[in-house]
Amino acid sequence: MVSEKPHLGSQREPMEDDPDPDTRPLSMTTRRGPRSLPPIPSASRTGFAEFSMRERMREKLQAARSKAESALLQETPTPRPRRLQSPSKKELETEFGTEPGREVQRTQQEDDSQSYSRVKFRDSVRKIRSKPPVPPGFPSAEEAYNFFTFNFDPEPEESAEKPKARNRDGTNQEEEEGEEEEPPVQEGVNKMDEEELLNDKDAEDFLLGLDHAAGDLVAVGPADYKGVHARLQEKEILFVPSRLTVPAYKKLPENVQPRYLEDEGLYIGARPEVPRLTQNTVENRLLVQDPGRKWFGDDGRILALPNPTKPFPSRPPVLAQERDMKVELETLYKKAVRYVHRSKHMIGSGDSPGNFQLDIDISGLIFTHHPCFSREHVLAAKLAQLYDQYLARRQRSKATFLTDKLQALRNAVQTGLDPAKTHITQKAIKEYKSEIRQTRKLRDAEQEKDRILLKTIIKVWKEMKSLREFQRFTNTPLKLVLRKEKVDQKADEEAYEAEIQAEISELLEEHLEEYEQKMEEYRTAYQQWKAWKKAQRAKKKKKKQAVEEHLDEEAEEPYLGEDPVKPVPPEPTDRTAVEQQVRERAAQGRKKPGEPTLVPELSLAGSVTPNDQCPRAEVLRREDVKRRSVYVKVIFNEKEVSRTNSRPLGADFRVHFGQIFNLQIVNWPESLTLQVYETVGHSGTTLLAEVFLPVPETTTLTGRAPIEEVEFSSNQHVTLDHEGVGSGVPFSFEADGSNQLVLMTSGKVSNSVAWAVGENGIPLIPPLSQQNLGFRSALKRADAISSIGTSGLTDMKKLAKWAAESKLDPNDPNNAPLMQLISVATSGESYVPDFFRLEQLQQEFNFVSDEELNRSKRFRLLHLRSQEVPEFRNYKQIPAYDREIMEKVFQDYEKRLRDRNVIETKDHIDTHRAIVAKYLQQVRESVVNRFLIAKHHFLLTDLIVEEEVPNISSEGSGILGLSLFKLAEQKRPLRPRRKGRKKVTAQNLSDGDIKLLVNIIRAYDIPVRKPAASKFQQPSRSSRTFSEKHAASPATHSPSPSADYPVGQVLVRPFVEVSFQRTICHTTTAEGPNPSWNEELELPFRAPHGDYSTTSLQSVKDDVFINIFDEVLYDVLEDDRERGSGIHTRIERHWLGCVKIPFSTIYFQARIDGTFKIDIPPVLLGYSKERNVITERGFDSVRSLSEGSYITLFITIEPQLVPGESVREKFDSQEDEKLLQATEKFQAECALKFPNRQCLTTVIDITGKTVFVTRYLKPLNPAQELLNACPNNPQATAELLARYVSLIPFLPDTVSFAGICDLWSTSDQFLDLLAGDEEEHAVLLCNYFLSLGKKAWLVMGNAIPEGQTAYVLTREQSHYLIWNPCSGHFYGQFDTFCPLKSVGCLIGPDNIWFNIQRYDSPLRINFDVTKPKLWKSFFSRSLPYPGLSSVQPEELIYQRTDKAAAAELQDRIEKILKEKIMDWRPRHLTRWNRYCTSTLRHFLPLLENSQGNVEDDHRAELLKQLGDYRFSGFPLHMPYSELKPLIEAVYSTGVHNIDVPNVEFALAVYIHPYPKNVLSVWIYVASLIRNR
Amino acid sequence: MAAAGPSVFLLMVNGQVESAQFPEYDDLYCKYCFVYGQDWAPTAGLEEGISQITSKSQDVRQALVWNFPIDVTFKSTNPYGWPQIVLSVYGPDVFGNDVVRGYGAVHVPFSPGRHKRTIPMFVPESASTLQKFTSWFMGRRPEYTDPKVVAQGEGREVTRVRSQGFVTLLFNVVTKDMRKLGYDTGPLDTQVALGPSPSQGLPG
Repeated sequence: MVSEKPHLGSQREPMEDDPDPDTRPLSMTTRRGPRSLPPIPSASRTGFAEFSMRERMREKLQAARSKAESALLQETPTPRPRRLQSPSKKELETEFGTEPGREVQRTQQEDDSQSYSRVKFRDSVRKIRSKPPVPPGFPSAEEAYNFFTFNFDPEPEESAEKPKARNRDGTNQEEEEGEEEEPPVQEGVNKMDEEELLNDKDAEDFLLGLDHAAGDLVAVGPADYKGVHARLQEKEILFVPSRLTVPAYKKLPENVQPRYLEDEGLYIGARPEVPRLTQNTVENRLLVQDPGRKWFGDDGRILALPNPTKPFPSRPPVLAQERDMKVELETLYKKAVRYVHRSKHMIGSGDSPGNFQLDIDISGLIFTHHPCFSREHVLAAKLAQLYDQYLARRQRSKATFLTDKLQALRNAVQTGLDPAKTHITQKAIKEYKSEIRQTRKLRDAEQEKDRILLKTIIKVWKEMKSLREFQRFTNTPLKLVLRKEKVDQKADEEAYEAEIQAEISELLEEHLEEYEQKMEEYRTAYQQWKAWKKAQRAKKKKKKQAVEEHLDEEAEEPYLGEDPVKPVPPEPTDRTAVEQQVRERAAQGRKKPGEPTLVPELSLAGSVTPNDQCPRAEVLRREDVKRRSVYVKVIFNEKEVSRTNSRPLGADFRVHFGQIFNLQIVNWPESLTLQVYETVGHSGTTLLAEVFLPVPETTTLTGRAPIEEVEFSSNQHVTLDHEGVGSGVPFSFEADGSNQLVLMTSGKVSNSVAWAVGENGIPLIPPLSQQNLGFRSALKRADAISSIGTSGLTDMKKLAKWAAESKLDPNDPNNAPLMQLISVATSGESYVPDFFRLEQLQQEFNFVSDEELNRSKRFRLLHLRSQEVPEFRNYKQIPAYDREIMEKVFQDYEKRLRDRNVIETKDHIDTHRAIVAKYLQQVRESVVNRFLIAKHHFLLTDLIVEEEVPNISSEGSGILGLSLFKLAEQKRPLRPRRKGRKKVTAQNLSDGDIKLLVNIIRAYDIPVRKPAASKFQQPSRSSRTFSEKHAASPATHSPSPSADYPVGQVLVRPFVEVSFQRTICHTTTAEGPNPSWNEELELPFRAPHGDYSTTSLQSVKDDVFINIFDEVLYDVLEDDRERGSGIHTRIERHWLGCVKIPFSTIYFQARIDGTFKIDIPPVLLGYSKERNVITERGFDSVRSLSEGSYITLFITIEPQLVPGESVREKFDSQEDEKLLQATEKFQAECALKFPNRQCLTTVIDITGKTVFVTRYLKPLNPAQELLNACPNNPQATAELLARYVSLIPFLPDTVSFAGICDLWSTSDQFLDLLAGDEEEHAVLLCNYFLSLGKKAWLVMGNAIPEGQTAYVLTREQSHYLIWNPCSGHFYGQFDTFCPLKSVGCLIGPDNIWFNIQRYDSPLRINFDVTKPKLWKSFFSRSLPYPGLSSVQPEELIYQRTDKAAAAELQDRIEKILKEKIMDWRPRHLTRWNRYCTSTLRHFLPLLENSQGNVEDDHRAELLKQLGDYRFSGFPLHMPYSELKPLIEAVYSTGVHNIDVPNVEFALAVYIHPYPKNVLSVWIYVASLIRNR
Repeated sequence: MAAAGPSVFLLMVNGQVESAQFPEYDDLYCKYCFVYGQDWAPTAGLEEGISQITSKSQDVRQALVWNFPIDVTFKSTNPYGWPQIVLSVYGPDVFGNDVVRGYGAVHVPFSPGRHKRTIPMFVPESASTLQKFTSWFMGRRPEYTDPKVVAQGEGREVTRVRSQGFVTLLFNVVTKDMRKLGYDTGPLDTQVALGPSPSQGLPG
C-alpha cells in the first residue's frame, strides 16, 4: 500500500503543489515568524494557525496522522479484496481510470516512461535536498545521488531487463519494482532504502539514511567487473527472494479464508513498521525455505508482536555534548523553597506544594469588524474570511477523498460480483452499495459546496473591485488572482462521462431494487385483494338467497368491511429519466468537462491609495484609526492581574502585542478572561469586549501550546462622522441605501494559554486532584483519569461519550483502566461522590467506625463535651467505663433534641407564644453557637495586660505627667475617693461565692392606711394595731382605736422584702410613709447548672423582687380579760408594691444606685396616697407632687463580676463602605469628647448584619383599632399607643442572645416575636409617633434601673415629652423623677445628633437639634444624607386577636394560679370566695378601660358588696409573655402567706386582647377575712 | 469496688522547682500552678505555690536556686487534659517594681520515675516601642491576664514573646491504676514485666 504513495503524489502534484511562481508568494506570506501576525484579515482558524513554527510542526504531524489514517482506511476490509486478487485488471481501472490515455502512451514509449520516472526521482531528491542542511563531513545529497544513480544506470542491463519488465503488468508500480530489481544486490539495498524512504515522504529521515549509507559506501573500493556468465552462475547459486507481494492464498492453508481478528473485536497491537518490500521479501523467503505456514497468522500476514518502540525518546536530549561529565555530577546550589502553608489545607497534600505558573501569551488582536472600517474593509474582511474557508476546504479536499472512496467502493463491488472469487458475501456487497450511495451523496454535496464557495469569492471580489472604482481610492492591499488550470479536454470529458454512466447504472440498479420490492408488495396486496373479492362475491351470492327472508338486514351488510382498493402495479423506472436527472445534477454541482479549474489566490500585493489622494472623509477615517489604541487586560479569577501595553490600531485593524504573562498561581484557576479596551485619543477607554479563555488542559505546556484565536464581539453602537461604517449601525453598499447591513464590532484575539514548565522540566500545574475534587480518595489516585490528564473528566458521561466517539480500542491493554472506568460509569454504579472531603485520609485513620463511637456512652459524652453542648460543657470527670455512665445523663439532652421541633403548649398555654418561644429558642441557639465560635478568637487584650499608650493630647489620667504626679500622690488623702473594686473573672467561682447585696435606704410616699375603712371597721379589739402596745413607740402613736385616726397615728408600718431566686430577706419594720431603713440585705446567688462562665451568667433570667409590705398587727385575743397576762396578736402583711430589677441589669451595671418608682397596683384597698398635711414636713414641699411612691436602693454583686464583653466580631454589612467609615469616624470623635455618652450609629440586625441605625426609623401605622379608640384626643391616642407598646413583653437581648451585643429587630419582627428589649420598644413607639405626625426621636442614654437604654422623645407644642417605651409612662422634660438620667444622642429617621452640651441630664439640656453648637449631627453639609432606605416593612399588618382564645387562656391562667396558691399553702385549707371572685372579675375590664383610675368608685362598690369581710387585695397588671412571670408576681405579693384560719381567697384573671396577640393580663388577688 | 476494678487512676507528683538561669536578673521568686483538664481533680497536696526570693549564686554558674517543693496528687478518668505545671517568675526591676521575668509550662511527665525538665521561659512583648518604654518606665510590663494561658494553645497567636531564661524542675512521678484502666505509660523495658494484660481493662 505504501508503495502507491508516490504515484498518488505524482498525480496530485500538478494540482496541489504546483511550484507556480504565482502561488509561492502566498505561502510565503502566510508562513512567517512564530509571533508575527498574518497579513490578511483571515477568518478561519487554520489560516492563522499556519503562522507559527509550532503550528507548522503540528500540521505536519496532522498530515502524517491523516496519511496514516487514510492508509488504514485503505487497509480496512473494503479495499482489501483488491489486493488479494491479481491486481492487473482492476488497478488499471483504479489508478488509470482518470487518465486512460497514459496507458497507451506508456506501452508505446517505454524508454520515455523510464526516463520520466527517473527524472521524477531526481526531482524529488532535489526537492528534499533543498530543505535540510547537510552536516559537514558528509557527501552532499547531490553527490550521494550521483554516486548511486551512476551505478544505477548501466544501459545494457536495462535493455536486458526490458522484456521482463514488459512482461509484467502494466502498472506503474510493478514497473518500478521491476526496474529496481535489476541493480546488483548491494546497491539495490541502498536504492531500496532510498526508494522506501522517499515513499514514506519523510524527507529528513531519508536524508539521514542516505547519508549513512553513503558514508559506509565511500570506503568501498571500485567495483570490479564480473563477466555475465559468472554472474549468471552466481545467480543460480544465490537465492534472491522475490519482492512481489505474496498472494494470500499461498500463505494460508487451502480453502481457508483469511481471518481478521481485528474485525472480530480482538485486540491487535500496532505492528512494527516494516517496509512493504522487506515484508514481501521475507514472506517469499519463508515460503520457499520453510513450506510450512507456521510463520503466518490467520490473516495471512507474518506473525508479529505489537510494536514495542515508543514514539518519543525516553532519554532527555543532551543539549551540549562538549560538556564535561563532571559538571553534571556536581551538586548544585538551590535556593531554599518556602514551604507553602496553604497546601496543607488542600487535598492531596502528597502533591508537591509550590507555586504554579500559567503562561498567557497574547500575541495580537485582529478586528473582523471595527467602527472605523470603511466599506472596502468590510468587503475585504468578508473576502479574507471566504478565502480562508476556501483554503481550509482545499486542504481537507474532502471531495477528492470522497471521489477516491467512491472509486474504491465501486471496485470492491465489482470484484464481489465476479462469480469466480465469491468469498465476499452477498450481504457485504449490499453494504458496499449502500455505502456507495452515501458516499456519492456526500461527494456531490461537497463538490457543490466547493463551487458555491468559489462563486461567492468571485462575487465578493467583484463587488470590491467595483467599490474601489466607485470611490476611486483603495484602502486595502488585498488582491484576488484567479488562475486557470488547463485540463486535458478529452480526458476530462471521458472521465466525466464515465462518472455519469457509473452513476446512472448505480441509480438504475437502485431503482430496480426498489421496483422489485414494490412489485413484491404489489403482488401480495393483489393476492389479498383477489381473495377478498372472491369472498365478497360468495357472500353476495349467499345474500341473494337469503334476501327474501331478511330484507331489513340486507341494507347493512355491504358496509361491514371497507373495500380494499385494487392495488396498482408500480411503474418501472425510465432509464432516460434517470439519466436526465443525473446529468442535471452533474451540471449543477460539478464543473463542466473541459472547463478550466479556477484557483483563487489572495495576495496583499495591491497598493493603498496614499492619504493626499483620498477624499476628506476617508482621510478623517484614517486619522481616526490612527488615534485609536487598544490594550488587553488579563483577568484571572475575576481579578485583574496584568494588562498589555497600549498599542495603536494599525491601518489594517490589527494590533500586535506579543506579550507573555506569567501568572504565578496557587490554586486551580477558575476563570480566565481577557478584556479588550480601546482608547480613542486622550479621551477615556471603553471596554470593547470580554473574551473568555478556556483553562488549558494539563497537557498543554508552554512551547507546545498552539496559538489560538478566540473571537469576541461587542454590542456597542458607534456612529462616526466619516467614512467609517460604525458599529451596530445599518449601512449599505448600494447607492440607494437598499440592502442594509448591520455589523457589530468583532474580532479575534490570538493567544495561547499554557502551563509553564519548571526548571527541571516539571510542568507547573496545580495537582489534578484540585480539579476533580474528591474524585477518588488519595490512595486510589493512580487511576486512569489522572494518568490521562485531560480536563473535564469529572463528567463521566462525557468521558464515555468521548470514548465512544473516538473509537477507543476497548481491547487495547493500555486503555483497560479507562474502559473499566467507563463501563462502571455508564452502568450507573459509578462512584462519583457529590461531596467534598477535607480529610481524605480520615477514613484510613479511624480505628473504629462512627457507629461504634456513638454506641459508646463514654465517647459520646467526651464528644458532646468537646462540642461544648450546654448540658455537658462543664461535665467533670467523665467516668472511665461505659458501665459507670448513667443512662439518665443523656436524658435531658435527648429530650431537648427531641423537643426541638415539638411545640410544647404546656408552659405557654397559647400556641402563638409557644411558636414564638420555639423560634426564639432556635435563633438563640444559633447565635450562641456563633458566639461560642467567636469566643475562641482572641485579641491581644484578652491575653495580655498592658498599659495603654499614654495619650498626651487628651484630658484624663492618661497623661504621662499626671501619672508621674500620681507617684507622688499622698498615700492616705484626706478626702478619699472611691476605688474600683477588684474585678473577678468568672471562671474560678463556685456556688455560694457570689452574693447579691441590696442596700435599702429609704422610701417616699408609701401609701397609708385609709381611715375610711373605719366605717365598717367597728372599734373592735381585733382592729387595733399592735403598735398601740408597741414598746418602742408608745409616745408617738396614740393607742386609740377610735374611728378617726388621730394626729400622729401610725399611718403605715412598711418593711421591705427582697426575694431573689426564691430566697427571701426582709428589713426591719419602719414607720410612716417616708421610712428610712438603711439596711443591707445579702442574698446568695446560684448560677444555672453551676456554670459561672460569663455566658451563663448573662443569661440568668431571674429578677430581684423588692416588695414593700405594710405590717399590720391584729390583736387576736378573744377575751379582754386576758389582756393583762398575755399578748396575742397576729401579724399580717399587706403588699403595697414592688420594684422588679432583672439580674442581668445588675450584672451589667455592676451596681445600681438610685431612687426607683415603686410599682403600686392601681387599686390598693384600704390604702390611699392622700397626703396628710400634718405628716408633711418642709422636705416635701419642695418636691413636686409626684404620683408614685419611691424607694432608694443600692444593689451590687459581691464580688464584682466582669461582665462579658460583646463579641468583637466584625459583622458583615450591606451598608456602603464609605458610610461605615464615616460612622467609625463619627463615633471615634464623639468618644474622644465625651467618652461616657452613648453614641450609636450602627446596630446589628437579627441576621447579624450591621445596619445603619436610622434605617429603623420610619413612620409605621399603628393598629386601626387603637387609633379609633379616642379619635379626638391625640394625647390619649399617644398614651394608648405607648401602653400598647409597653404591653409587648420585655426580654433583654442579653438574656436571649447571651454575650452578643444588641440585636435590633425590625418592628414587624418585634411584633411577631412579641418580645424585645428597650430598643425595639422604643423604635416601635417612635415609629408610631412619627406616623401620628409627631416630631419624635429615639433617645439613647442612661436611665435607672436599665442603664444604657433607649427612650422616645417627642416634641409637643411647646415642650418635650420623654416616653419610657417599656412602661408606657411619659415624663416632662423637667420631671425630677424621670428615670432617664442622661442623654447621649438623638436618632431621627434621617440623622443622628450627638449631645455635645456640657451636661447630659435631660433637665439641663436643650433638645433643639438644629443648633450645631449643642448637637453634632452625623449627616451634615460635608456628608449629606444619602437617602437610606428603611429596613422596616412598608406597613404593619395587624391581626385581630382571637377573643375566644384569650378567654380560654384567661380561664386556664385562673385555674393554674388557684392551684398554685393552694400549693403554696400546703398546711392550710384554701377556701375560695366565689362571690368575691365574680365581683372582682367584673371590675377588671373596667380597670383595663380606665387604665386603673377607678379607685374610688371601685372601692366603694367593693366595700358595699363585701361589707362583712375585711378585704385586702389588689389587681396586678402585666403584659403576657408566659405563665411563669405571672406566677412569680403572684407569689411575690405574698397573699398566700396569710394563715388566719378562716381566711378566704378570691382570684380573678382578665385578659384584654390587643391586636397582634398582645395581651394585657390583669390578676386580681385578694384575701378576705370575715368580720365578726 | 476493688473487685470491679478502679474507676480512676491516680497521678502523684512530687519534686521541686530546682533552679533557674536568668542571666540578666537577680532576686527572683517563682509561682507555680497546675493546669489540667476537666476530668482531672486534685486529691491531695497543693495546686499552687509561691517561692521565696532567691539571689544568684556567687560562683560561675550564677544559678538561682529555689529548691521549692511541689507535691500534689491528681485523680482522673481520662488522660486527656494531662496536668501541666505553669511557672511564672517575678523579680524587681531597677525601680523596685515587681515585674514578670518569665512564663513557662511543661506537662507533668507521664511515665513513672524521676524526671528532670528544663523549661524555657518567656515574657510577652510590648505592642509598640513606645509602650515598651513606658512600661519599663512605669514598671508595668505586659503580663498575661492569667498565667494559665501559657499552658494552652488557644489565642496564643495574637501574642509575641521574648525568651528570657530557663527553669529546671525535678519530678518524681508515681501513677496508680493506669495500667488497669488500659493506659500503659511505663518505660519500655518494664512493659513486659509488669502487670496483667491491659486488654480487659480497655475502656469503651
